[in-house]
Amino acid sequence: MADSPVVTVHDRPNSYIGRSVPRPNVQRLLHGRGTFTDDIKLPRMVHAAYLRSPFAHADIKSINADAAKAAPGVAGVFTGKEIAELCEPYVGVLTHLEGMRSPPQYPMAIDRARWQGEPVVAVVAETRAQAEDAVELVEVDWAELPAACDMSAALDADAPVIHEEYGNNLCWERIVDEGDVDAAFDQAAVVVEDEFTFGRHTGVTLEPRSIISSWDPSEEQLTVYMSTQGPHMLQAIFAKHFGLEEHRVRVICKDVGGAFGIKVHTYGDEIATAALTMLLKRPVKFIPDRMESFTADIHARHHTIKARMAVAGDGKILAIDFDDLTGIGPYSMYPRSSGIEINQVLNLTGGPYTIENYRARGRVVFQNKPLMCQYRAVGHPIATAMQEALVDHAAQALGMDVVEIRARNLIPDDAYPTKSVTGMLFDKLSHHAAKDKLLGMVDYAGLRADQETARESGIYRGIGFACMIEVTSPSPMFYGVGGAPISAQDGVTLRLDAKGNLIVASGVTEQGQGAEAVLSQVAATAVGVTPDKIKIITGDTEITPYGGGTWASRGTGIAGEAAAQAGHALRDQILEVAGIMLQSEPRKLDIRDNAVVDTDTGNERISLAEVGRVVYYRADTLPKDYQSELIATRHHVPKKFPFAFTNGIHCSHVEVDVDTGMVKLLNYWVVEDCGTVINPLLVEEQVRGGVIQGIGGALYEECLYSDEGQLLNGNLADYLVPMAAEMPDIEVGHVTSPNSDSELGAKGAGEGGTGGAPAAILNAVNDALLPLGARLTVNPMTPERVLRALGKTE
Amino acid sequence: MKPAPFNYAKPSSVDEAIALLGGDATLLAGGQSLVATLNMRLSAPDLLVDINGIGELSGISVDGGTVRIGALTRHRELERSEVIAAQAPLIAEAVPLIAHPAIRNRGTIGGSIAFADPAAELPACLLALDGAVEIAGSGGRRKVSAGEFFRGLYDTALEEGELITAIEVPVAAGNQRFAVEEVARRHGDYGMAGVMASVTVNGAAVEAARLVYLAAGGTPMLAEGAGAALAGNAIDEASIGAAQSALQDDLDPFDDMNSTAATKLHLARVMTERALKRIAGA
Ligand SMILES: Cc1cc2nc3c(=O)[nH]c(=O)nc-3n(C[C@H](O)[C@H](O)[C@H](O)COP(=O)(O)OP(=O)(O)OC[C@H]3O[C@@H](n4cnc5c(N)ncnc54)[C@H](O)[C@@H]3O)c2cc1C
Repeated sequence: MADSPVVTVHDRPNSYIGRSVPRPNVQRLLHGRGTFTDDIKLPRMVHAAYLRSPFAHADIKSINADAAKAAPGVAGVFTGKEIAELCEPYVGVLTHLEGMRSPPQYPMAIDRARWQGEPVVAVVAETRAQAEDAVELVEVDWAELPAACDMSAALDADAPVIHEEYGNNLCWERIVDEGDVDAAFDQAAVVVEDEFTFGRHTGVTLEPRSIISSWDPSEEQLTVYMSTQGPHMLQAIFAKHFGLEEHRVRVICKDVGGAFGIKVHTYGDEIATAALTMLLKRPVKFIPDRMESFTADIHARHHTIKARMAVAGDGKILAIDFDDLTGIGPYSMYPRSSGIEINQVLNLTGGPYTIENYRARGRVVFQNKPLMCQYRAVGHPIATAMQEALVDHAAQALGMDVVEIRARNLIPDDAYPTKSVTGMLFDKLSHHAAKDKLLGMVDYAGLRADQETARESGIYRGIGFACMIEVTSPSPMFYGVGGAPISAQDGVTLRLDAKGNLIVASGVTEQGQGAEAVLSQVAATAVGVTPDKIKIITGDTEITPYGGGTWASRGTGIAGEAAAQAGHALRDQILEVAGIMLQSEPRKLDIRDNAVVDTDTGNERISLAEVGRVVYYRADTLPKDYQSELIATRHHVPKKFPFAFTNGIHCSHVEVDVDTGMVKLLNYWVVEDCGTVINPLLVEEQVRGGVIQGIGGALYEECLYSDEGQLLNGNLADYLVPMAAEMPDIEVGHVTSPNSDSELGAKGAGEGGTGGAPAAILNAVNDALLPLGARLTVNPMTPERVLRALGKTE
Repeated sequence: MKPAPFNYAKPSSVDEAIALLGGDATLLAGGQSLVATLNMRLSAPDLLVDINGIGELSGISVDGGTVRIGALTRHRELERSEVIAAQAPLIAEAVPLIAHPAIRNRGTIGGSIAFADPAAELPACLLALDGAVEIAGSGGRRKVSAGEFFRGLYDTALEEGELITAIEVPVAAGNQRFAVEEVARRHGDYGMAGVMASVTVNGAAVEAARLVYLAAGGTPMLAEGAGAALAGNAIDEASIGAAQSALQDDLDPFDDMNSTAATKLHLARVMTERALKRIAGA
């Protein structure tokens, strides 16, 4: 259809791009009609519960399951060894993270458990309560071993070695050295140094991980319902490790109650649940309870970093030098690996600024704690908080305003395309425009004046800024090159039905973030229908195009673009057949509001319902030598850049009670540049939700452990998630630098809030405490840590 | 997180309940502390005796100089009660700090007093107000003063086979001043530190002060030294300082996940100053 005019989604007369269209699934969810995995009940279904290791490190000398097997309702009891007979072990390394090592991991512990919470025995019964009752009857003869829990001591010569064959607990080390760092430090007018600690925390999803596995031996078909971010990834993993053909594995993902990166990994209890249905030939449901989630879900973040920054007298950053250590549990998580987080820290630190000299070492160590892996904003909060705290520290040392020092170092808006000192390629960012926009929203001079007056009456308020970049919409350079079965491309199929409705199927998934709304808006715009005519299908490997799913803020940038291209193709198909029916040239026709119209006048010529009727029921009225098609699939993968970087700037205004150490969040502002904004409401909610998760890391969330590796606060009374009462208003502004790698121009917006908030809040708290000579370099900033920094408690 | 199997009974009178209490039975009131321990399998009683059907255990009344609060009275009823606001203002000020509305809708004063969490608000209020606990057992009813009721960590004067029927506190007198100060990580969390202050004044001077601290020991902690430091003095920098110093010996906080004993003592002192200044200003 070369003769149809080029109309991009942006010029369409009935465009839904840039409009806050309500999400298509919102009514269903609000009416309580959502279908979460736990809502599904299959005939003959049984329930699994796992006996988990009570020790961080212990040998399993023997297991006696006789009493459990005889308990009421029990259908089967299986050990790690029995599960391993069905399933190949997996290794969580990526080949492009050179030198990384991790031993084969089995779904359940065999002979030795390596973290408190590792699954050891699976019990299946008619009800979950019966399964839990029977778990209590399993007798395990444990021999506790010395544990390597403290990551800072994991490399010490006397630390217990978790995998003896390695000789020590090092999983991976990476060094970056660019420019002449030593010379830069020698020249510096000011050198600032800090030691940072970021606590280990987890991502608390409202709906826990959930799975139902169902094996049909007659067809050797494994069907898995699960709450996941990557149905096709899981399909590939189940197939590979159970030795099945991929088309014999179907992964169905219904509604998901939050995921945040927690639900995009290979969990032993889920793999084992698939083995259980094969052993029992009955569907098996496994829903971890909240206490299990705390020790079985991935944890994230824990880093200790020694960092320094060299700065010239005019505020120019000359060099950054840091050494980061992170503990990841006893294995690297499969298949994304537990090296990506520190890799991001090494790649992204200093990214908003023009810096020429850069040295960093990252070390990843094994320890006897739950596995750590990618959680919302992977590495970003660490990189951003370290970099931004150093920038503030340098400004202080120079007596320079914190906005001014940033303005002097941010990459100029006309410098693109360009790359960072670590080789990150930037298509088009807008740090200065974003900063200017933010300063239009924040009365900075007013806040400074208020700060002065408040201090006179003993009230300590602080203002903190954070400039940042965010990795979104990755190309295969992220995981594919490392050998993981994780697709960077995604597909969208559009089909016009006989009544003129549009059926949209996509490989991305809906976790509550609004992916389906974005697909609907783009498809509606590209084809020319109203959103009420659209039905979206996601989360089923058997009926959606192949795709990577939802992670790394890729849904809009990648599947959104595929939807736009599929929309163009379907529109061309519709106009072709309509042209035949109307005896008109297709290029003189357009589709608007569910009807084919004359492009020039906008007058309706034929409705899409009529096109559908003729094509599907009265093809006899069409020319005999003509075959119509009303279905199109298009895929998209980023090609020009490895990542569609976005940028943002955050500002936090806080008040610190210097007697109690409590931090009150007064106000919060964010300006984000995520390229084309498809749906402002959704982008702003992503930013707000992201900021709140960042606040969790900054002030509340931390997995607290005893020296023996026992989680002390594995419940929602003791593990503090951010709650509404403490949250500030969050104002969001946009700058738009379209993604040049796509027609849509959209980048991702899912993680920037989380990436920036800890930095802005850390800086705000330190700004508040500045006149008292206190400085914090730890997250979360608990009242006790604030008091300690103030010298008010030991 | 499913409880171990248990039997269940729902008596309609106190006597019936007491009759059921032999053996391994546990009372179920609002369930807001108990059900979590059942689900986590920290406790697995044979029998749950649900007292929610016993009408006589509910309600708030005033009898002469005493406010009587039935054991089954929900936190939410205390929060909304005009009688409590007028006659026991310390309780009225403390209750909104207990958890969240959904929990206050079910949680009961009897459950809170019986559970005797040292970080809980109502046990500390009861002690600050020098109230009493009415207890029923097979031998009849008895009253125990708050000071004798709380014995140690989760340990009270309740004997096996007994239940709390009511809580009594004296009606607030005209020369009494009250203040609650508490610091919690998030709205609705148990406090890291807090004081329930009941101060009887005589003109500008303190006649007697009962400062009771939560999360400052194994029980709600009555600070006798601080009280003595205030008695006979006006509330000013000097007496506040003396009261704060006395807390070193009065309180016995321990380290927990959120803070060390030293931090809790510091926070208790901060709460003391805030409560007393508020009382002095009122
Ligand atoms: C998330 C959460 C947060 C909370 N935060 C706070 C807080 O900040 N401050 C606070 O004070 N509390 C808090 N609570 C606890 C809440 O106030 C409980 O309701 C209260 O401690 C127990 O009362 P209940 O009626 O629910 O008792 P239940 O849970 O039913 O029983 C608790 C115990 O008391 C016994 N018992 C109950 N009634 C009687 C009786 N009449 N006689 C003898 N024994 C009895 C039971 O057998 C059981 O052992 C919180 C609870 C939750 C779930």
